[in-house]
Amino acid sequence: MKEPIVSSILFYIFAFLTLGSAFLVVYLNSIMRAALSLLFSLIGVAALYALMAADFLAAAQLLIYVGGILILILFGVMLTQRIYTVQVFAGKSQVIPGAVVSLGLALCLIVSIWSQHFSSQGHLENLPTTGRIGQLLLTRYVLPFEVASVLLLVALIGAAFLARKEVK
Amino acid sequence: MIGLQHYLTVSALLFSLGVFGVLTRKNAVSILMGIELILNSANINFVAFSRYTSAGLDGHIFVVFSIALAAAEAAVALAIILGIYHRLQTIDVDKAQELKG
Repeated sequence: MKEPIVSSILFYIFAFLTLGSAFLVVYLNSIMRAALSLLFSLIGVAALYALMAADFLAAAQLLIYVGGILILILFGVMLTQRIYTVQVFAGKSQVIPGAVVSLGLALCLIVSIWSQHFSSQGHLENLPTTGRIGQLLLTRYVLPFEVASVLLLVALIGAAFLARKEVK
Repeated sequence: MIGLQHYLTVSALLFSLGVFGVLTRKNAVSILMGIELILNSANINFVAFSRYTSAGLDGHIFVVFSIALAAAEAAVALAIILGIYHRLQTIDVDKAQELKG
């Protein structure tokens, strides 16, 4: 049956898209290009969610991360750059220690992941998750749901207050 | 056959790339982009464990809250960056050294 082969190929394509774009995010000197690479990285993460049968999360990722947070970051980039000057100061500092730390971290994580013996799941089900997430949010997780609404209200007021112009 | 450990490897590499971005970049918005990569790597971990173990949909619920909190945090972080830009006319994090308001 050729279904595992297709899904394996798709996994490697989406993983390469996500990780390649993430590398460009942290490597490029131009902030606009780094923000656009972040766009492709977030789309790759949404594709990985879809491969893992998390349909609601793939759609939510596209709506909120790509359509909200990334646009916000682009606004932040455009409001804080003097785009008419030549000098782009989005460089890097202390690359060698940073690279050593992140490579060591990646090695430790990958070694500990592949030395574990996770029990193999027998049959993976691909049921739609939206209805079940909705039921869980209103029965078992209703307290975090309400607290998250209050937190979003506080963040909204706080961000609007912090970014106001001083009226002299 | 793609299993749990493949997704955990992708998440680990994404996390280390995000850490590299947070450690080495001088622009405050670039650091924020590295933080978003770190948050996404943790979300991939949650969904992978929810899929490949008998944990049910708890991982998905946590990712819902994680995405909501990431949105709130990005909004507040960008408001702070705008405030720094109005005060210092730059968002180089090496220049924001004084604690006095």
